[in-house]
Amino acid sequence: MNHDVAQLVDPMQYRQSVSIDGVDKHILVDMLRKMIVIRKAEEKIAQHVETGEIVCPCHLGIGQEAVGVAVGLAMRKTDRAFGAHRSHTHYLALNEDTYSLFAEVLGKYSGCSRGMGGSMHIIDNKNGFRGSVPIVGATIPIATGAGLAAKMDRTGDIAVSYFGDGACEEGVLHESLNMASVMNLPVLYVCENNLFSSHLHIELRQPSNTTARFADSHKIKYCTVDGNDVVGMYKLLKDEISEMRNSSRPFYLEAFTYRWRGHVGHREDIDVGVKRSDDLQSWKLRDPIQRLLNSMIINEIFTQDEFDELSNSIQMKINTDWSTATNAEYPEKDFLLSPVYAS
Amino acid sequence: MTKKITYADGILEGFEYLLENHKDFFVIGQGLWSPWYVGSTMKDLDKKYGKERVIDCPVSELATTGATVGAAICGYRPMIVHPRVDFMLLAVDQIVTQAAKWRYMFGGNSSCPATFRAIINRGGEQGAQHSQSLHSWFAHIPGLRVVMPYSAKDARNLLISSVLSDDPVMFIEDRWLYEKEEEYTEIEIIDLKDVTPQRLQSGSDATVVGISYTSMLCEKVVQKLQTENVFCDMFDIRVLNPLNVNEIVKSVEQTGRLLVVDGDWASCGMASEIITRVVEEMDLSKLKASPIRITLPDAPAPTSKVLEESYYITEFDIYNSIQKLLNS
Repeated sequence: MNHDVAQLVDPMQYRQSVSIDGVDKHILVDMLRKMIVIRKAEEKIAQHVETGEIVCPCHLGIGQEAVGVAVGLAMRKTDRAFGAHRSHTHYLALNEDTYSLFAEVLGKYSGCSRGMGGSMHIIDNKNGFRGSVPIVGATIPIATGAGLAAKMDRTGDIAVSYFGDGACEEGVLHESLNMASVMNLPVLYVCENNLFSSHLHIELRQPSNTTARFADSHKIKYCTVDGNDVVGMYKLLKDEISEMRNSSRPFYLEAFTYRWRGHVGHREDIDVGVKRSDDLQSWKLRDPIQRLLNSMIINEIFTQDEFDELSNSIQMKINTDWSTATNAEYPEKDFLLSPVYAS
Repeated sequence: MTKKITYADGILEGFEYLLENHKDFFVIGQGLWSPWYVGSTMKDLDKKYGKERVIDCPVSELATTGATVGAAICGYRPMIVHPRVDFMLLAVDQIVTQAAKWRYMFGGNSSCPATFRAIINRGGEQGAQHSQSLHSWFAHIPGLRVVMPYSAKDARNLLISSVLSDDPVMFIEDRWLYEKEEEYTEIEIIDLKDVTPQRLQSGSDATVVGISYTSMLCEKVVQKLQTENVFCDMFDIRVLNPLNVNEIVKSVEQTGRLLVVDGDWASCGMASEIITRVVEEMDLSKLKASPIRITLPDAPAPTSKVLEESYYITEFDIYNSIQKLLNS
């Protein structure tokens, strides 16, 4: 099942439509809708980062929508996912509530973290998103502990740990994989390898451009995949997660993808001193949304008109949510101290 | 004969109570299946309660602490045991930047009721990396409760309170107190947020404050001084963060004299924090002498026995400082 890494990192490859064999239409439409919601929400945020209305640092996931959507659809609500700095995609994939995200990045009390977290600390317990934080690698052991808790619960739930290729340079990844392997913990490790840490290409940071070697060395089953093929990842994860629920063991998914915006902020091209314009244009031809749409059109599951209609209705909802969020209340002044302790 | 309990027995009894009564409690740490690292404080717990709830683990302070944090976020009340403070420092991100802030940064929509049990284990020529305490580092952090028991009763009751607290707690105990014996009392379930410094001796000549092991030294000196007709008001701090000095302020307003004894370094330490808080809150006109602090010298712990003797605080140091306060 492992795809060839040389091809996965080559933006000239994987441009064709994705295979949708064996997946129901309603799931395909769900996938498409969720990816559009994420893209349009992120574009909305980018627009207001640029105007200065959003102040907190925002790390946008445009171009990487497929990973969170595939994982989110393969999860159930009692599973426990933990994210990192670039987690709007993971959050929206589990709940398309763009309002709570917009209110949060604006620091409003009706945001998902009551305005105390901003873009980098988002949470949605009800839908299985148990928190994201921006310290690189910090939630890898936390998700591992969530896997330990799930194992003790004996309910077949799993934990999900989202991180990037940069986090694989943190020692805690190795400690966590070792622990999950030796203790048989049901943790799905999802490395979104977008080839960049904030500013540095993986080839300047690691002796290999794939991180799956770490899973291999800890005897954890793994797969390297096209991270812009939402259907392929979903099918793989449905099977793997079902096995994880039955036999309590970890799995490592390395999804190769590319971010279309900079490390932080709204800009596409020049960011933290890096210029990637040539590569970026190539990677845009591996667009996860367009590739799924093409397949659905070719297979006569969806039409371009239906897509346009869906996109427009999502855009209208996003515009409404944004304007409601801008008018929402900030936290009261006494909220500065009251959440420090439970009581 | 009255029933006795040692500090180490107290901790063991606290664990038995928690494992017996709280299904959401488990404990993880290096050496828990052969607990020589932790004296007799966890003896046979794995045999009695099972290796699934008393978990030995790989040599990975950071990941095991992070896993404790993760399990706490997901409905458990777990504890990680670090048999020495020094090694726990590999896990500081999870304690300070994750657990302590978890509730706050999600606006109260999540919580992390994890307990970090750390043991100060020094002396015996163990040298600079087997001897640190560093409690003031942790007491600096909003959101992290810091507990340091002195009595056997507190070692047991506050261990239970720490685990049952809905906030993350740093529970720091001292190996030098393990053999300390006192009269047995029944377990008391106390809400940690109601625990304040405890007055151990009463008097009006000077106020003396200790923390964990230094409370033992202070109490001995204060008792000796009573035979010389000097009566000190003596407090054991118990909870370092959030710090409550209300009773100490009232005491110093009566005695006019304050000595704080802390078994850690002086700079930015607990002794300076306590003195500052008291001086800020009291009526200064009632102060009869400059407050004094006794701390470790500003050096890492030495190895050689001879140097260790001058490094660690003695009853003699405390006796002399109280005399100095009384004479000024």
